[in-house]
Amino acid sequence: MLTKEEVLHVAKLAKFDLSEAEVEKFRLQLSNVLDLFKKIDDVELKDIEETSQVTGLKNVLRNDEVVCKKDLTCCTTEELLKGTPIKDGNSIKVPKVIGGTDDV
Amino acid sequence: MYKLSIAEASKKLESGQISSLDLTESILRRIDEVDPKIDAYLKVLKDEAIFDAKESDKRRKAGKTLSKIDGIPLAIKDLLCTKNIETTAASNILKGFTPCFDATVVRKLKDAGVVVLGKTNLDAFAHGSSTENSDFKTTKNPWDQSRVPGGSSGGSAAAVAADECLGAIGTDTGGSIRQPASLCGVVGLKPTYGRVSRYGVIAMASSLDVIGPLSKTTEDAAIILEVIAGRDELDSTTLDAPVPEYSKSLGRDLKGKKIGVPKEYFKSGMDEDVESVVKEAIEKIEKLGAEIVKISLPHTDYALSVYYILQPAEVSSNLSRYDGIRFGHSVLRENVDQTLEKVYMQSRGEGFGDEAKRRIMLGTYVLSAGYYDAYYKKAMKIRTLVKRDFEEAFKEVDAIITPVSPTPAFKIGEKSDDPVQMYLSDIYTVPINPAGVPAISVPAGFVTRDAKDLPVGIQIIGPQLGEEVILNIAHQFEKVSGVNKKKPQI
Repeated sequence: MLTKEEVLHVAKLAKFDLSEAEVEKFRLQLSNVLDLFKKIDDVELKDIEETSQVTGLKNVLRNDEVVCKKDLTCCTTEELLKGTPIKDGNSIKVPKVIGGTDDV
Repeated sequence: MYKLSIAEASKKLESGQISSLDLTESILRRIDEVDPKIDAYLKVLKDEAIFDAKESDKRRKAGKTLSKIDGIPLAIKDLLCTKNIETTAASNILKGFTPCFDATVVRKLKDAGVVVLGKTNLDAFAHGSSTENSDFKTTKNPWDQSRVPGGSSGGSAAAVAADECLGAIGTDTGGSIRQPASLCGVVGLKPTYGRVSRYGVIAMASSLDVIGPLSKTTEDAAIILEVIAGRDELDSTTLDAPVPEYSKSLGRDLKGKKIGVPKEYFKSGMDEDVESVVKEAIEKIEKLGAEIVKISLPHTDYALSVYYILQPAEVSSNLSRYDGIRFGHSVLRENVDQTLEKVYMQSRGEGFGDEAKRRIMLGTYVLSAGYYDAYYKKAMKIRTLVKRDFEEAFKEVDAIITPVSPTPAFKIGEKSDDPVQMYLSDIYTVPINPAGVPAISVPAGFVTRDAKDLPVGIQIIGPQLGEEVILNIAHQFEKVSGVNKKKPQI
C-alpha cells in the first residue's frame, strides 16, 4: 500500500498540486493498480532483451534544415505564440526560477 | 442519405445521383436531430463543411475530383490537430488551444477532398475506455443511452453508429479504436504501428499510439486506410512499405486460410453471452472455408500489466509538456509575484482531470529511482516475450481471432470510480499494441440487456503489415453475418 508521503512525493516529481482528498483517493486507487502488477515477478527474464521499438526501424535521420511543405509545418512566430500566457515581443516570458519560498 | 456507407456514397457521387452538398446537409441535419442525445461531437464545423462540400461539387463538375472519397463527410477525433480549429484532446488543460497546422492524417484527408464534419469526443488525452474521462461530457451509446460507447474513441464510434458521419478517424493505444467499435457495433481498424503517421496527433504513449478508421463496413475501413497510410517524413517511425489498395483484397475467399484461436483469451471472466457470440462467429468463419486451429499466446496474462506500466510511463513523459508557460491552461499572470515551480504545480493541478493525474503519477512512480528496474525495465523485457508470442503464432497461422471486450457496453458510472475495473475491460485489446501488430474489430452479433440489443464484436489480429489479410477475413465474415445491417433506434 502506498503511503501518503509517497503519493505526495510522486505528485511533486510529476509537478502538480493535489488536494487532501485527492491524495487519499489516489493513494488507494494507485495501490490497487500496483497490486495488479505483482504477477510480472513470476516471469523468467534471464537473457531477455528489452523492446522499445517494435518494427525494427533504426536511426531514421534527416538533414538538419528547416523544411516548409505546403502550409503544414510553417506556422509564423505570431501563430505559434497565440496561446502563450505572457510574452514580450517574440519571446515567452517565464517567472523567476530561483528565489521563491518553494524552491526545491 | 446519411445512412449510406462511404463506398455507396462515392458511387452515387460519381454517377451524379447526389451531390456532396446534399450528402453533407443530410448528415448535418442528422447531427442536429440526434447529437443532443448522443453527445458524440465536441464541435460541429457546419459552415466549413458546407463550404468544403460545395468546393467538392465544383471540382467534380470540372472533372477535377481528387480521389474516390472526394466530397465524403467524415468526423475526426479531437486528439488530431486541425489547423485554425480548436483541438482540446477533451481536456481542460488544452481548452482554447488552436493549432496552426493539420495533423498529417487530416491533411491527407483534406488533400483527398474529404469534408471534415467536426471533432469527436474522447476520454481526455485518450485515457480511458468509456469517454467518461472527457473533461467536457460523456458520449452515450446509440444502442442504449444509459450505457457508455466505449473509449477512448467513443465519440467517433458513436457518431458512426448513429449515422452522424459516414466514417471517422480514431486513435488506438491499447484498444481505443477496437473496443468502442465493438461496443457500438461498427468496424474499427488499428493498423500496424508506424503504418499511419502520428504527426500532429496529441501524443499519449508514443511507442504504442496508432491512428485508424472507424466505419460502417470493412470496405470503408479499407478505403480510409488507403488514404491515410504511408511514410511521412514528419514522423520518423512511419514505415516505408508501399501502401496496397486494401479494398482490392476484400473479395478473396477464405479457403486454405489458417486462423488461430488462443486459449488464453477464453478463460473465465468473460460474459457468457459475449462468449457465445464470439464462438458462433468463429464457426461461421470456419464454414467459409478457413481452418480453425487452437493456439497459445503464453504471455497474455502478463500483457495487461506490461501495458499499464509502459503506457503511463510514456504518458508521464509526453504530458510534461503542459507546463502553463507556453500554451494551454495557465495560472501565470502579468505583474504577479509567482515562481516557475508554483506555476507548474497549479496550472497542471487545475488543468488535468483525475485519470490524467492517475496515469502521470503511475508513470512517474514506475520510472522513479528504486522502481525503474522492478517495473519499467521488467515490463520492457516482457514486451519482448509478448511480441515473440505473436511472431511464433504467425509462423503457423494467417490470423488470430479473439473477443474484443469481456462484456457488452457497461452502464455510465458503473466503473468510473474504479480504475482497476476500467483497466480490466481492456484485457483483450491491450496485448496487441506492445507487439505493434494490426487488429480489426468487426460486429459479430448482439446480446440482450434490459430488453435492449447491445452489439458485440470480434477481434481479428494479423502479423505486422498484415492489414490485407485481416480486412479480407473481416469482410468475408461481414457478408455472411449481416450484423451491420441492423441500426440502433435513437
